[in-house]
Amino acid sequence: MVTRASQNIQVGISKTLSPARRAQNALAMVLVALGTLLVLVPLFLILKDLFVKGFSSLNLQFFTQSQSEITFLGSAGGFLNAIVGSVMMLAVALVIGVIIGIGTAIFLTEYREHRLVPSVRLMGDVLTGMPAIVVGLVIYGLVVRGLGFGYSGIAGGLSLGLIMIPVIVRATEEVLKLVPQTLREAGLALGLPRWKVIMNIVLPTARSGIITGVILAVARVSGEAAPLIFTAFGNSFLTWDPTQKMSGLPLAVYRSAFEPSEAAVARAWSGALVLVLAILVASLVARFAARKR
Amino acid sequence: MNTDRPIRLQTENVGVFYGSKDAVRNVNVSFRSNTVNALIGPSGCGKTTFLRAINRMHELTPNTRVTGKIMLDGQDVYGSDVDPVDVRRRIGMVFQKPNPFPTMSIYDNVVAGLRLAGEKSKVKLDETVERSLRGAALWDEVKDRLKAVGSSLSGGQQQRLCIARALAVEPEILLMDEPTSALDPQSTQRIEDLMESLKQQTTIIIVTHNMQQASRVSDTTSFFLIGDLVEHGATEAVFQTPKDERTEAYITGRFG
Amino acid sequence: MKATIPQPRRGSGSRADARFQAVIVALASIVLVTALAYSVVLLLNGASAFGREGLGFVFGSNWDPANGHFQAFPFIAGTFFTAIGALVIAVPLALAASLFIAEYAPDWLANPVAYLIELLAAIPSVVYGLWGIFVLIPATLPFQKWLASSLGWSAPIGPGLFSAMLLLAVMIIPFIAAISRDVIKLVPNDQREAAFALGATKWEVIRYAVLPYARAGILGGVILGLGRAIGETLAVTMVIGNANRFPQNLLSPTATMSSIIASNFGEASSPEFVSSLIGIGFVLLVVALVVNFLARIVIARLTPQGTV
Repeated sequence: MVTRASQNIQVGISKTLSPARRAQNALAMVLVALGTLLVLVPLFLILKDLFVKGFSSLNLQFFTQSQSEITFLGSAGGFLNAIVGSVMMLAVALVIGVIIGIGTAIFLTEYREHRLVPSVRLMGDVLTGMPAIVVGLVIYGLVVRGLGFGYSGIAGGLSLGLIMIPVIVRATEEVLKLVPQTLREAGLALGLPRWKVIMNIVLPTARSGIITGVILAVARVSGEAAPLIFTAFGNSFLTWDPTQKMSGLPLAVYRSAFEPSEAAVARAWSGALVLVLAILVASLVARFAARKR
Repeated sequence: MNTDRPIRLQTENVGVFYGSKDAVRNVNVSFRSNTVNALIGPSGCGKTTFLRAINRMHELTPNTRVTGKIMLDGQDVYGSDVDPVDVRRRIGMVFQKPNPFPTMSIYDNVVAGLRLAGEKSKVKLDETVERSLRGAALWDEVKDRLKAVGSSLSGGQQQRLCIARALAVEPEILLMDEPTSALDPQSTQRIEDLMESLKQQTTIIIVTHNMQQASRVSDTTSFFLIGDLVEHGATEAVFQTPKDERTEAYITGRFG
Repeated sequence: MKATIPQPRRGSGSRADARFQAVIVALASIVLVTALAYSVVLLLNGASAFGREGLGFVFGSNWDPANGHFQAFPFIAGTFFTAIGALVIAVPLALAASLFIAEYAPDWLANPVAYLIELLAAIPSVVYGLWGIFVLIPATLPFQKWLASSLGWSAPIGPGLFSAMLLLAVMIIPFIAAISRDVIKLVPNDQREAAFALGATKWEVIRYAVLPYARAGILGGVILGLGRAIGETLAVTMVIGNANRFPQNLLSPTATMSSIIASNFGEASSPEFVSSLIGIGFVLLVVALVVNFLARIVIARLTPQGTV
């Protein structure tokens, strides 16, 4: 291991550092710092624009009215329909993602000897790399059109849930792996059946880590608009009925951005701001949950 | 060798395989009721593997196989109608490193086995906690903070908590896998003292690296070498007049 | 010894265990089946597009919904152009940022920078898109106009290939940077020390000890970043212009597979149109799969012996 590094260096012979090498070293450092700065500049610009443009048109109406009330005559309306839609669809997604995701993670870590483990792990990786838009199209083909359900909040939630599954599987698997094997053995040595060891000892031990993973997964899919186009479709009116067409916050931002109304574009910025703030708060909560052990 | 006591556990031609590699071969040995039995030998000699075969704990390791019979009170623990969960309920285990359940209090740790087996009576649980903690010589130190988390205890206390946890389900056999190897000398001393009283209520099989420990605490000693049981007998006999020259070499420190 | 603990009937533990295991296996099987179901559903729903156009669906360039022609090659090409262009911009910057965090910066600086880059990754695609239309495009338009006039290209309108590459680069940088940083941090210290002990400068240590050791992981991360870029939808849809044809130059509007699906789905009135869009989705799925497997193979092949 040590020799590989040494073989590659043919420059280390001279006693003092040559000016060329000194300059090269300094140049590399400058370029690295410059590159890092270039990466951070867009972040600051985006956050600045988001806060300036988003806050200037954010008001109570944003939370109490729906997109249907945005008019050319200057009534600003709001995104209530989209907020309600996002919450309801995320709730559906959460149920699907948590049950299947955590179940699969338990399968992968606690039943390692099962012959399906390699295939499930492979397919989990496949799902991880699947573009969100593909998932939306699949739910369109399967549920919206195939089963004849039509566009609905449930279909939207289903697509978000499918996207959540591999995220939750991976996060949960990581924390379950951290649970010491001796705890499982201690439980089994007390004469507890395996399922009780998993449910009453392994899962509670990993609880905060699992919660963190779930929150991050929700935060991640809450920003997905692409799959909603084909599943929930969008709806500028407020609805609480998940069998109806529904909008979600990111979808409403997308649609409003293209509307020929300044009020709508201003709403898009406010929507984007609220969305990003919600995601930031969620990740802070997740970090807090992770630290509280 | 306490030959007056009944035989509790007896093995017949026990072998343990990891895949095609045999880690333990042809072990025939019996342990009598209410005794302390030490398994000694150099690292990798198969003593821990053998210990984990007794309560079917090795089944957690994929590709492991056991041959032969392990009879607990005349019944083979590997019998086709025997549930490993029941076996482990009757044969408790204490591990090398203290492993209290980190999310549970001291109290909850002790009653974990009972409670998860369905015991709900508060009176019964309280009673068990006190009896088990007394049995593990921990009661006086923790009786005022039973609600504290188990991991707040010192290493030696944690290990005694684990012993209490094992005792709470009243095992007929208690397996101990190098229970003092992670502890300081004082804590080790306490646990060795404890074993003398524990054997009043159960039968102990202990794996140890420490030959002084084996000679101090055990009634019988079994010497393992590369998967074979080389010698088994009353501790005094094994240490004073070993029959096999390999045993003698080991206990006099010539290898290991 | 009296048995005082509740003793369930022999074997009841096993039966409960078997039931629990059955539930867990069933849940895991959903994951197993889902991945397969994706391709089947898209293939069935998009099959008629392949049926009508044959190989022309993938290799032909005539996309003319009004006259019923659906050939998707321009979008497949558009996807690769934007993704590769984004990688060219993103990789050096992401690598610089990861080296900064893992090798150069002291902890008090590295941790906040790492956090900020994570933040960049948490911003949703649609927010990038919004920023792209209303801030990035107006800001780069003067440069685009200058470039077009000096090269004799037709005047740019703003949305187009270049804007999409730029925005996409910003979006995949945090992704690639995070993977590279993790891989670089995994390089054992004895590798660095061996190089330092030979009198190497900081840069030479990185160049000859750290990067060669970490190259498999970094390349894997780059390919996964490519996968991200290929699947990225809304931000690209919002800034690429969505023209149904090959781009004439770097600045002209075009479309990617995902952007054409997202932007045309609302107007897709005929079944042929819809199935063609789903057919493109199937191609996208295949491309995403290939790219992801490529990343795994690269990581497996190039990883030095003894690394984790």
